[in-house]
Amino acid sequence: MGNKITVKNLNFFYGKDQALFDISLNIPEREVMAFVGPSGCGKSTFLRVFNRMNDTIPYARVEGEVKIDGKNIYKAKTDVVELRRKVGMVFQKSNPFPKSIFDNVAYGIRINRMHSSKKDLAVRVERALKNAALWDEVKDRLTTSAFGLSGGQQQRLCIARALAVRPEVILMDEPASALDPIATQKIEELVVELKKDYTIVIVTHNMQQAARISDRTAFFMLGKLIEVNPTEKMFTNPDDKLTEDYITGRFG
Amino acid sequence: MIGNSHSRRKLVSGTMTLITAACAIAAIFVLLLILTHIAAKGLTTINLEFLTDTPKPVGEGGGIGNAILGSALMTLLATGIGLPIGIGAGVYLAEFGDNLFGNTVRFLADTLIGVPSIIVGIFIYTLIVLPMGRQSGFAGALSLAIIMIPIVARTTEEMIRLVPQSMREGALALGAPQWRVTWNIVMPAAASGIATGAMLSIARISGETAPLLFTALNSRFYNYFFDQPMASLTVQIYNYATGPFEIEHQMAWAATLILVGLILLINIVVRFLTRKRY
Amino acid sequence: METRIIDRKLDVLRDKLLLLGGTTEKAVYLAMRSLTERDSDLARKVIKDDKVINKMEVGIDQMSVEILALQQPAAHDLRFVISVAKITPVLERIADHAANIAEAAIVLNNEPEITPYSELQKMAEVAGEMLQTALDAFTSEDSELSRSVIKRDREIDDAYNRIFDKLIRLMIENPPLTTGAAHLLFVAKHLERIGDYVKDICELNVYLIEAAFIKHKKRI
Repeated sequence: MGNKITVKNLNFFYGKDQALFDISLNIPEREVMAFVGPSGCGKSTFLRVFNRMNDTIPYARVEGEVKIDGKNIYKAKTDVVELRRKVGMVFQKSNPFPKSIFDNVAYGIRINRMHSSKKDLAVRVERALKNAALWDEVKDRLTTSAFGLSGGQQQRLCIARALAVRPEVILMDEPASALDPIATQKIEELVVELKKDYTIVIVTHNMQQAARISDRTAFFMLGKLIEVNPTEKMFTNPDDKLTEDYITGRFG
Repeated sequence: MIGNSHSRRKLVSGTMTLITAACAIAAIFVLLLILTHIAAKGLTTINLEFLTDTPKPVGEGGGIGNAILGSALMTLLATGIGLPIGIGAGVYLAEFGDNLFGNTVRFLADTLIGVPSIIVGIFIYTLIVLPMGRQSGFAGALSLAIIMIPIVARTTEEMIRLVPQSMREGALALGAPQWRVTWNIVMPAAASGIATGAMLSIARISGETAPLLFTALNSRFYNYFFDQPMASLTVQIYNYATGPFEIEHQMAWAATLILVGLILLINIVVRFLTRKRY
Repeated sequence: METRIIDRKLDVLRDKLLLLGGTTEKAVYLAMRSLTERDSDLARKVIKDDKVINKMEVGIDQMSVEILALQQPAAHDLRFVISVAKITPVLERIADHAANIAEAAIVLNNEPEITPYSELQKMAEVAGEMLQTALDAFTSEDSELSRSVIKRDREIDDAYNRIFDKLIRLMIENPPLTTGAAHLLFVAKHLERIGDYVKDICELNVYLIEAAFIKHKKRI
């Protein structure tokens, strides 16, 4: 399997403050890559580099190369809107739109004009909800408000919404941190299932979660990449002492 | 010891609740007093003739029909001019206005809100009425619009700022361009707040008298065209209230009742239309 | 209940262990047959196949570590992984003893039969039955069955003592037969050790089921 995303010498700045220092790593296709590290280490900032969500922050600046499928996404003529369709994102706190369940999932399809007819739209919505393991729970109430769902269901709705536009990469920023253990487990099983078709990058502050579901793990501290390795190696015999200290809970 | 402080706390808490409840009742009470007073004074004078007829010399009856129409037309035109500009400005300030230009606009808008409306009247008088050679409904509507715009702009901005950033990010992350995010995510979410602000401003301008005095003047006739002086409820009330005859005063009360009733109606309709569905 | 991520991994681990167990059972059986049927080719096959068993052991060890490190098993799941990790080397050593029996068979098959093998065969049958029952008890998580197998080890120890006396007498009465008798004695010793190892497996079964360490206890 080739590399879906390659990063070379990435430096990130908020105005004068540097947040990421000389980061280089590869993310293989159709695998789950976890970003772990203490609070404020830059893992969320780094995640948002891949779909250029940092563009919305004033004075945010990127130096270095970020390639998806071999194309540098920070070149001037990149179609950011198309990039964001291809690279979907699920946020820490679920953020459904104040619309019905159906309209939430259909939104991305509609604005990207991906459907050929009303019937096709319904088919796409159903498929997305099935892929997010939510269809059975909502199929009888598609026209009700999205806010009527539980926290875990809302998060799966946001996943369905992202899946509906047929992305290739899914970025997840601590998707289960606001959920109870059962809902978290459902999300984790979903991630393991989804990696068959999508490349997934997941930021998590829960190391055991990274251990359970990721194929490779990258450990960050203070904006620097300390180590990146297959998860099994990371948790049984990491290369760097800092990594081992973090994983065994010797600090933050 | 413990029992003492507990019951004292309960006493203080209960007293505060009573005081604040009393204030609320007082506020509503005053409002109700005004409304019932108006109704009592004005209800008897209202009949079909009053609502549809034009003013007649004292003693011959007459009504405020043309004044109602005039107010409605001018308010409508003012809203048609003022709302789009105001909401558009509010959207700009909220979504793109964190810069020197935006801050300047914001400051000026806040200042304008505080300017006495008679000054707006004089401004329009100089700008439109004099060159035109006469007062007109159009000038009246324009002055109302100018009063309306900064109010609508600022309330719209506040309501849009209240929409959580996470909702915008969710739409952006799906590949929505900025304008779509603003148009079909942010604005529907802020809709009821924006409508409330708009309605507040409509209510405000419905009650304006001073600017209309020089710009629209008044009229004894039904007037459907904006290039002529136009009657308005507020000016008519002013005329009746300051007139020497008792029957005119009665008509003033009745007209006030109509005005308040219309504003209340607008309130209810807008609240219903923008009720939260999700 | 839906399958958890860890359930799939535990199932694979279980399958690997049972495969190792079955292969070990077969090794013991074939090793004895290579002696009683005087089939040295079979003996050589048993010795060669021991390498496969060693590889299986390494595979199970790796997977056990991986599950412990990455999946945070708890309660029964944790005891399961630990039991598998502790049973695996025991099975591997049983298989080693089977290979040793096969080596002795190759030597003994070159000489005429010294004494009938019926006693040894009986001993091997008991050992084989014990091993099979122990693995069944692991799969079905039957602690009573496990305890009954532990008690059966008595039979093997008694048989070993009888064979020991018989072979020593043979060596004294018939010195030229000493070498052959010594090899036979070793075969008996291997079988006796296999019986002890099966006891270990049963003790680990009880740990898995009851969370109790009954090893080294007089009363189980």
